[in-house]
Amino acid sequence: MAEQDQTLALTPLYDLHVELGARMVPFAGYSMPVQYKLGIMKEHQHTREAAGLFDVSHMGQAYLVGPDHATTAAALEALVPSNFKELKPGRQRYTVLLNDDGGILDDLMVTRPEGEENDGRLYIVVNAACKEQDFAYLRAKLPANIKLEELPERALLALQGPKAAEVMALHAPQASEMAFMAAQEMEFDGIKIHVSRSGYTGEDGYEISCQAGTAEAIAKALLADDRVEAIGLGARDSLRLEAGLCLYGHDITEKTTPVEGNITFCMQKRRREQGGFPGAALIQKQLADGPQIIRVGLKIEGRAPAREGAEIVLPKTDKVIGALTSGGFAPTMGAPIAMGYVPVAYGVEGTKLEVLVRGKALPAIVTAMPFVPQRYYRKPS
Amino acid sequence: MSTYFTNDHEWIKVEGDIATVGITDYAQAQLGDVVFVELPETGKTLAKGDEAAVVESVKAASEVYAPLDGEIVEGNEVLVDEPAKVNDEPEGDAWFFKLKLNNKAQLDDLMNADDYKAFVDSL
Repeated sequence: MAEQDQTLALTPLYDLHVELGARMVPFAGYSMPVQYKLGIMKEHQHTREAAGLFDVSHMGQAYLVGPDHATTAAALEALVPSNFKELKPGRQRYTVLLNDDGGILDDLMVTRPEGEENDGRLYIVVNAACKEQDFAYLRAKLPANIKLEELPERALLALQGPKAAEVMALHAPQASEMAFMAAQEMEFDGIKIHVSRSGYTGEDGYEISCQAGTAEAIAKALLADDRVEAIGLGARDSLRLEAGLCLYGHDITEKTTPVEGNITFCMQKRRREQGGFPGAALIQKQLADGPQIIRVGLKIEGRAPAREGAEIVLPKTDKVIGALTSGGFAPTMGAPIAMGYVPVAYGVEGTKLEVLVRGKALPAIVTAMPFVPQRYYRKPS
Repeated sequence: MSTYFTNDHEWIKVEGDIATVGITDYAQAQLGDVVFVELPETGKTLAKGDEAAVVESVKAASEVYAPLDGEIVEGNEVLVDEPAKVNDEPEGDAWFFKLKLNNKAQLDDLMNADDYKAFVDSL
């Protein structure tokens, strides 16, 4: 890339992206591939039909390290509304980092690693754009006996799609036995990796954490399979939107709580009842009485994509009741979809609203999410 | 028939006082997969530089500007139902609109094919 900005960081796969003909764009301080030669639409469809490989090495990986699991989990629970004390070894859970007003500072995946030698360790993956603030916040808030160990020497790849398990099994046979949201260490063609069965597309698949120096070998081995294509950030965004998954900084922010953001699935029963996380009083009140506003999915009539920032209005009036936080064309559905916030009274599935695009009111209908059914792996019983 | 280009990556084919306007192959490649096209209404009078049409890819929305003063005499309705044609034949059947020119002197400000190629190469 001729215009490579000197201030942008590069992931360990930068050379491979360029070799593959990626269009590189600045994202969260990194030069990242927005698309490859296939283009966003075909990359999206390929991930839904076969398997896509994503470089997500820009995300922030770290360990929380304490004397034992109960102590580390309790320290994290003081900052997030999920249950980590009861999280089993080898299991992963989605949560959100909260501020004192119950607003969301970031969303993250937390894994309790297997093995006695890992007792007291939690592995976290946070958003690239938030990682510096998150790590500073964690360091400031965690008690002295819990250390944050950043893992800047690690790369992170995601292999997603209905063929992901078949492909992965050729290199790391143990991966095919894993349950959804399970995590374990294993070898990939002899290379040590940490794998979780999760992702950000709504498909079955894995996230693979490895040493930076081994990332290219793993990526090339996966891309050598005809079923795998390299997928950029463009399709990553349209895939997660169809799957109804939030993009931090857009669909959830420090101004929205987990109740308003409609992600209360991340709050397990004990935490809802006992509180003990930042903003607990407000969040518990919202759980009991309902929030003022809520994040909803919208299907937009016609073909015109409605994007972030577009106003949501009551039909046949000019009364603005909210705004879109994400929106675009859904390749799987062949139609525009969006997410946005509306007063709870208008958040009921089937409610007819309108979205303003270039001064035109487009009919929109509140729709249950995910828009496209999630196809996470379920172990045969 | 002559073909002209703008630095907004539009092409203009002129026959008599009718100009057919589309976006260049370079423009469609930059946009990526086109999923929506909005055309100007027939009869609308536009000044050079006015927003004439909208073209949206999966990733972003872009405007197509009137490259010259004129009146819209036809929009390419095929694009409304098949926006992906813009990617497939940008400089052929996927024209956006036809303008009846009322100031052909403005053509002198546009680039010819060689100038446009040099312009794109410089980007």
